[in-house]
Amino acid sequence: MEALYATVTGVLTACGIYLTLRGRTFPVVVGLTLLSYAVNLFLFSMGGLASKSTTIVDSSFPYADPLPQALVLTAIVIGFAMTAFVVILAMRTRGDLGSDSVDGQRTDEPREERK
Amino acid sequence: MDHLLVMPIILPLFAGLAILWKRDASARFKRLVSLSAMVLLVAVSVALVTLASDDTIRYYALGDWQPPFGIVMVLDRLSALMVLLTSVLALFAGLYACAGQDEEGSNFYGLFQLQLMGINGAFMTGDLFNLFVFFEVLLIASYALLMHGGGKARTQSGLHYVALNLAGSSLFLIALGVLYGTLGTLNMADMAQKVATLDTSSAGLTMAAGLLLLTVFALKSAMLPLYFWLPRAYAAAPAAVAALFAIMTKVGIYAILRVFSLIFGNHAGALADMASPWIWWGGLATLALAAVGCLSARDMRTLVSYLVLVSVGTLLAAASLPGQQSLSALLYYMPQTTLVTGGLFLLADLIDDQRGKAGARIVKSRPLRQPALLGTLFFIGMAGIAGLPPFSGAIGKAMILQATPEGARVWLWSILLVAGLCAIVAASRAGSTFFWRSSEGEASGPLAGPARGIATAALIGAAPLLALLAGPITQFTDATAEQLDHPARYIDAILNPDPENQAMPMSNSEETP
Repeated sequence: MEALYATVTGVLTACGIYLTLRGRTFPVVVGLTLLSYAVNLFLFSMGGLASKSTTIVDSSFPYADPLPQALVLTAIVIGFAMTAFVVILAMRTRGDLGSDSVDGQRTDEPREERK
Repeated sequence: MDHLLVMPIILPLFAGLAILWKRDASARFKRLVSLSAMVLLVAVSVALVTLASDDTIRYYALGDWQPPFGIVMVLDRLSALMVLLTSVLALFAGLYACAGQDEEGSNFYGLFQLQLMGINGAFMTGDLFNLFVFFEVLLIASYALLMHGGGKARTQSGLHYVALNLAGSSLFLIALGVLYGTLGTLNMADMAQKVATLDTSSAGLTMAAGLLLLTVFALKSAMLPLYFWLPRAYAAAPAAVAALFAIMTKVGIYAILRVFSLIFGNHAGALADMASPWIWWGGLATLALAAVGCLSARDMRTLVSYLVLVSVGTLLAAASLPGQQSLSALLYYMPQTTLVTGGLFLLADLIDDQRGKAGARIVKSRPLRQPALLGTLFFIGMAGIAGLPPFSGAIGKAMILQATPEGARVWLWSILLVAGLCAIVAASRAGSTFFWRSSEGEASGPLAGPARGIATAALIGAAPLLALLAGPITQFTDATAEQLDHPARYIDAILNPDPENQAMPMSNSEETP
């Protein structure tokens, strides 16, 4: 399970970084979102992955570390708010600058997806 | 008195909420609430500094959950000093905005107060994850404040700023995850204790996480490869916001000081002082490039932004030096450079206002309406920041130069002094253009007015004032440096507290976070 989990986190991070480095605001926003998903997964695993432990009710059973769960909840909430903000900001940039390039330069090239 | 330690966070929180709640109220109401909250905050921070001067490290356990399990707010000399610096800067920046800048967009004061809450929280917290949360609080308020009033330049630099900081937050969380994995705790004092007894197999992982944290803090404090967002963002921000942002790079420097002196400090075994070479070379390179940037600036706001970077470079280089003397010098240098750069951002706005179309660009234009007042402020501010005597910048720089050990002198002395020269050249070019090379025409801009005049003069007045008070301040910073250099005291105060050191006695538990 560790290998699968690590691969998923790694691939998500790689995709996130790749998209964040793109030149248009939409891929950048998607990249940041993927990056925050990857980080949430990573945080969740930081107390060690355990598939057969319960929540912490009675300390006589093996229980999963509750702290990463609390932290990941905080991180999800913050990440969600930030993503919402950056989406609105990207739309505002499109409106103010008349372009969705992160440098604010007008380009007449066709969109990357259409190539 | 027990609850005084959370006041720097609670006070702006409630003031901000009250203003956002009554968002349709008159500007007068918002200004009144905001300014009185900030005056109170200054009073609270003065009380905190007095409280911290007895060398006891106090903590406040939120919800009475004792460390290392609960989140604590810690008051030592360093955090008290930073909170006082923030509240003074914020008071005058807020006063400046009263003159009309707050009404250019919506919710100015509400966001301003929430940003203050984030900054103060970052300075007070004793928990690394909580530091992340307060970073996010101050960042999301700063995103909105940066774009206050709107406009192309602000939107564009805002997008860069937001994207970079979101990526930075992800790195911060990854570093936190790794550190929790290897150390099993996020309370800074507990982490410091655990690092010392770390087994060698996880030392590499912990080091990687520590350096990742350094990357994040370097982004906040604008160290060399990560500073390119700063000149544009600060030059585009409204004056009062830019003035408050002068403290934001110092939040990064504070975090570097705290984490790398407490957790990865001299007691940390294999990981002791691991970040110093990175901070040293990064700081020197920032200093050198910022000096070049000063010379290339064509606008007073850009010039002041590069002066912020010069001070960041100086502070970082000093932070990496061993010993208490350089730490004390750094802590003396920090308040004056923060206040004066804040004041210069305000002054740039005043000059912009009186020069019509030319704005703050360094070009010939019609004469200023109040050349004597603005010229004097410009001279004092620039001389203070470039480090000319008799102002406090000169004293701070001399202390840093003196504290540099023999082998490092050739680098720091040459780069710091040449950077000072570049700053003087750039400032005199800007000043002579603004005040002497004016073209024909009527001086017709608006007057500075009492609120804006007082705010600007008070911040720039820090340069001579802190030079006059150099004696008591260096006494305080010497003791602060000593406290920082002995992380064991901090660890002891948090993990093995005497009942007397605790800000909140065990029985007193009606407070909830």
